[in-house]
Amino acid sequence: MGPSGTGKTTLLRMITGQLRPSAGSVRVAGQDVAQLNRNELYQLRRRMGMLFQNGALLTDLNVFENVAFPLRENTQLPDSLIRPLVLTKLNAVGLRGAASLAPSELSGGMGRRVALARALVMDPELILYDEPFSGLDPISRGVVLRLIDMTNELLGLTSIIVSHDVEEVAAIADEIHVIAGGKVTASGTPDALRESPSDLVRQFITGAPDGPVAFHYPAPDYRADLFGGFE
Amino acid sequence: MNPFAALAGSLTHSLRKLGAVTLFLLDILRRCPAILARPKLVTQEVYKSGVLSLVIIMTSGFFVGMVIGLQGYDSLSRLRQEGILGAGVALTLLKELGPVVTALLFAGRAGTAMASEIGLMNATDQLSAMEVMAVDPVQRIVVPRFLGAVISVPLLTAIFNSIGILGAWFIGVAVMGVDNGEFWTQMQEYVEPADVWEGVWKSVAFGVTAGLVAVFEGYHSPPTAQGVGMATTRTVVTTSIAVLILDYLITAFLL
Repeated sequence: MGPSGTGKTTLLRMITGQLRPSAGSVRVAGQDVAQLNRNELYQLRRRMGMLFQNGALLTDLNVFENVAFPLRENTQLPDSLIRPLVLTKLNAVGLRGAASLAPSELSGGMGRRVALARALVMDPELILYDEPFSGLDPISRGVVLRLIDMTNELLGLTSIIVSHDVEEVAAIADEIHVIAGGKVTASGTPDALRESPSDLVRQFITGAPDGPVAFHYPAPDYRADLFGGFE
Repeated sequence: MNPFAALAGSLTHSLRKLGAVTLFLLDILRRCPAILARPKLVTQEVYKSGVLSLVIIMTSGFFVGMVIGLQGYDSLSRLRQEGILGAGVALTLLKELGPVVTALLFAGRAGTAMASEIGLMNATDQLSAMEVMAVDPVQRIVVPRFLGAVISVPLLTAIFNSIGILGAWFIGVAVMGVDNGEFWTQMQEYVEPADVWEGVWKSVAFGVTAGLVAVFEGYHSPPTAQGVGMATTRTVVTTSIAVLILDYLITAFLL
């Protein structure tokens, strides 16, 4: 978690190997991501799933084909096997009935659920969520939250959620790391963070408008700025 | 700024872009074999960029042919040489107008669609999502579209030429009264296979150019509404200029 623009998505992109760190290293399943060659990186990515902020469904494919996409591209499975695999994932997110719809016909929450089914279809060991709740209505938010919690429990995978929805994440996370200014400023269980002595963490958790993260963007003196034209 | 520095700056910028486009082309060519093993991806693109461009290509071809027929008839009749109208029209279309006009129309109809489609896929994270799903977006998205253009442009050029000749025939023979037999025999007499090949080489080169510019601009467009819009505009402008320059170079080389 952390304020917007602090590098959370950048961190996720380093985990998937889309960006290389200029210093330090990222290790996934024991492998240094930046050191892998193209083939090894693609092998590693087959063990990951990622849910993008806006779902990132392929707009020219329907819901079924979107979920089937990783299977069709990465495996040689026949249609007779792909169909049940896709339908079970869609059923798990409650959208088996929407299989033939186009992405443009889905609501934001439904799109996010289809993207979740797609992220799960290769049975990943690690799943990354980039702002899974942003822009969703309360019901969809609850549904996505429950799905994330459920998949994490039932499939026993590792989930990394990037979010600034404090309440939602605190309800399901084992551990929270707060990032600000490109650094991890606090780590711990949700309860421990609520007691954190850091002003920044408290501001973030309580949603106070002013504090270490200032309300005002840096600006010259207000009075001088307002009357500057007359001097 | 010092005008020399500005000139040098824009020159390095252009050279760097040319280098980037060349590297991108090599990237594409390296991935072609894998995609040719899945021909369905390519035929879909031939349909989208080629078949769906047929209406504009055929309509333009017919009118371009009619206007060449009319102008040709007007000029040739002053020399009392209306008989060679067929040959004149065929040579003009096969060697020059067919490939060039087809490529320009293709850039406007299909190149822009390709660039904006790829640009929007980039802006909405679809390309990123593919990368994370261990699918190479250049291979899966860019290569089929590029190949679609390379296959479509020569075919569309052939159709443009055929319809154009029919348009000229309609004006010359059916309306202006040029002798039908003379129209076709003079064409057979004067058009050599080398003339046809010149047009074919040009259309292949223009297909590569139109496809490459469109996928390059789309793939590298900034992920914003303005960025995608600019990429679409640049696709038409760059393709048009590149096609006209290439046309001169190929003509100078082959003649």
